[in-house]
Amino acid sequence: MMPGTMVIRNGYVFDPLNEIDGEIKDIFIKDGKIVDDLKGSSLRDAKVIDAKGKTVMPGGVDSHSHVAGAKVNGGRMMCPEDRYKWVTKKTDITHSGSGNTVPSVYVQGYDYAKMGYTTVFEAAIPPMEARHTHEEIRNTPILDMGGYLVLGNNWFIMRYLKEGNIEKAAAYTAWMMRTHKAYGIKCVNPAGVENWGWGQNVSSLDEPNIHFGITPREVIHGLAEVNEMLGMPMSLHLHANNLGHPGCWETTRDSLEVTRDVKVKCKMDVEWQKTKIDPQRKQSVYMAHAQFNSFGGTSWGDFESGAKGIIDYVNKTDHVVIDNGAVPFGPATVMTGDGPAIHHLYKLTGNKWSNKDIELECGSGILSFNYLKANPVHSVEWAIGLELLLLVNDPWKTIMTTDHPNGGPFTKYPQVITWLMSKKARDATFAQCHKWAQDRSSLGGTDREMTLNDIAILTRANPAKTVGIAHRKGHLGAGADGDVTIYDFDPATFDANDYTKIIRGFQNAAYTIKDGGVVAQDGQILSVPQGRTFFSEAHMDDGIEKEMLKDVKQWFKYYTLGFANYPVPDKYIRNPSPVQVNKPLEAIVVR
Amino acid sequence: MTEIILRPKGSIDIMVEAEVINPDIFAGKTTSEIEEMIVWQGAKQLALSEFFDVEGSAGSAAADTKIIVQGDVPRVKHIGHGMNAGEIVVEGSAGMHVGSEMTGGSILVKGDAGSWAGMEMKGGTLHIIGNAGDHVGCAYRGSWRGMNGGKIIIDGNARSQLGGGMSGGEIHVGGSVENFAGIRMNNGLIVVKGDAIRGVGAQMSGGIFVVSGKIKQLSPGFEYAGTEKNPKAGETVLSGEFMKFTGDYAISKSPKGILYASKDANEEV
Repeated sequence: MMPGTMVIRNGYVFDPLNEIDGEIKDIFIKDGKIVDDLKGSSLRDAKVIDAKGKTVMPGGVDSHSHVAGAKVNGGRMMCPEDRYKWVTKKTDITHSGSGNTVPSVYVQGYDYAKMGYTTVFEAAIPPMEARHTHEEIRNTPILDMGGYLVLGNNWFIMRYLKEGNIEKAAAYTAWMMRTHKAYGIKCVNPAGVENWGWGQNVSSLDEPNIHFGITPREVIHGLAEVNEMLGMPMSLHLHANNLGHPGCWETTRDSLEVTRDVKVKCKMDVEWQKTKIDPQRKQSVYMAHAQFNSFGGTSWGDFESGAKGIIDYVNKTDHVVIDNGAVPFGPATVMTGDGPAIHHLYKLTGNKWSNKDIELECGSGILSFNYLKANPVHSVEWAIGLELLLLVNDPWKTIMTTDHPNGGPFTKYPQVITWLMSKKARDATFAQCHKWAQDRSSLGGTDREMTLNDIAILTRANPAKTVGIAHRKGHLGAGADGDVTIYDFDPATFDANDYTKIIRGFQNAAYTIKDGGVVAQDGQILSVPQGRTFFSEAHMDDGIEKEMLKDVKQWFKYYTLGFANYPVPDKYIRNPSPVQVNKPLEAIVVR
Repeated sequence: MTEIILRPKGSIDIMVEAEVINPDIFAGKTTSEIEEMIVWQGAKQLALSEFFDVEGSAGSAAADTKIIVQGDVPRVKHIGHGMNAGEIVVEGSAGMHVGSEMTGGSILVKGDAGSWAGMEMKGGTLHIIGNAGDHVGCAYRGSWRGMNGGKIIIDGNARSQLGGGMSGGEIHVGGSVENFAGIRMNNGLIVVKGDAIRGVGAQMSGGIFVVSGKIKQLSPGFEYAGTEKNPKAGETVLSGEFMKFTGDYAISKSPKGILYASKDANEEV
């Protein structure tokens, strides 16, 4: 048998980017890549998997998860109770591990693979903690990974944007992407986390922050412009201001409006496959964990879902993609670059928490949390998370996440998918949780039950498209990576009312195939290949970069580490897979 | 009730993890099956018969099974850990974690018990005639959710962090306790007949804590709420005159914790 060469026979294929919706067909993989056909000796030597009566999808892509880095490990250290009752034994090929809401890196890799995921993006790398992030990525088995660099409160970015110097901000961003081997731009509570250094926050899009005098609106617009000037694979990943406060949905809607006039331009040097649906992103903003930013009401007393305002906005515009950040109930560990939001949660709950200032760059916080069905607010949050996906008409504008481990651990994805696919499952939960879920959201009013094709869009095709990796992930057309998931569902007899079966089916894929090799089968890990690390080799005009670096070196006296020690050395990067962005020649033209 | 006797074979050096000593696990098993049950000692897995002679037989159900440990086993841990029904009598002292996470049935320890006795217990009765170590009925490391049901009776003294994170059930201590008893408790009842050193009820947000002896150093976040004669703490009627405090205001703005301290023993408070 040839490694990486395989035929998957007779499955019902769901490949939304190629507009294949449950067609029975064979999938061929040669040397780890999808091909149209296999002939002769390749076909003879290929491993054959019989997928008759089963569902075949591209390997899962998680575009928003917190799985590597300092705050993730902080969550592990802070919560021994999340570990000793959740122990995974080693096998001949797998490492031991522990953890429920924040598993150890090995368990994360195995658990994602068992569910059929092959690609996961860490959604917040504080630049100074990039090394730590890559250390954890390096030790995560199986998964291809990348991460987004937190820049929304970075001193250089705020200074350049306030000066109106977009080119320098872009040069800095490009240099930072290369320096820290990061993939995209994350913007967390823009301008607000900087204020948190003085115990304050910003409360509106037009409130200038301390010292820099820059407003959230200016940061969001500026970073979106920088993003498109460089032509980054993904758009800005935005964690909007006022997160977690009743009534925050209005700030969220207004934040989304900020990038409406920004022209989308990807300048990646990659080979795009010919898929039926354009694999390139259309959005200029990718809204993170929309659930936490869709709170309605004015206080916890009249708290209600504010999802409608966001849903209406997303439905009528074309420049936004959201991931939902669902709340599946149960233990969670809340971790974010939004330090003041964590402090706010601590004041509400009294739970154990921590906060950290990341010098000139950003902040962060962690808090141990438990979402309870009996709690009225938590119940509404559960409803909001599902409303946001079910009531946005175009599934290509939505992505399913739990903002792991903020809404709940990624191992609850099967439960979230089941709620999306089964009204009966939602009704069963309504019956168990607080009546506010029914009374203060519109979730009860929708009968929509997502199809397997919708789920394929929300869990692989659209995350891949949104973060600009659909040239190799999220579809099954020739040239794509040989990442395929086979679920034990027969679409011909699929019954949305049998929701326990849906959960079980998504918990353990029948087969998870990565680069043409089986990594997991029915919940067992069969092989542990090392994944790739994706990052953006972004470029800007050399002259501007030189000027920018003068500024950086001058302010580096405020850092606690030396300039020479700042970059992440190449040896930290596991299987580096750089994406060339805005090649130098094009960059010069900008001037 | 069918009796099964475990007779210690001698002294034990490295502590033995023996959560198999549990009526739920013994029930329906033959004597030889019980002898062959696996316990951990350090990195080694050994048969229970390495450490005990087994006599008698187990009942068909846990509720019909009484396990008698005939001797001192201070280095045998987790006796009755998670038990649901039946009875265990330890005729000497028991090691750490006796009755941890038990949900029903009863355990009687005639000697002393090590730390973590009745840790995160949910039901049943644990009676220790001697003294107990630290963390009786307490939440385990990192967790803030301690005992939430059942009853622990200690005739002797207990050390620190008794009832930490307690959210239900009762603990009665005949002797004294040391530091931070009832830390972070939010419900339930703790009665200490003897004295306490300091930190009694620290960060408590609910429940009742009674000290019939002297509190050497009262936690600063408690407010005096009058003196009561023979107050009632849950079902328990206390005899004598008690100063009533509410707290702990150090963390919560409106805590529902109540602390009774004997008036006579705590005149200088």
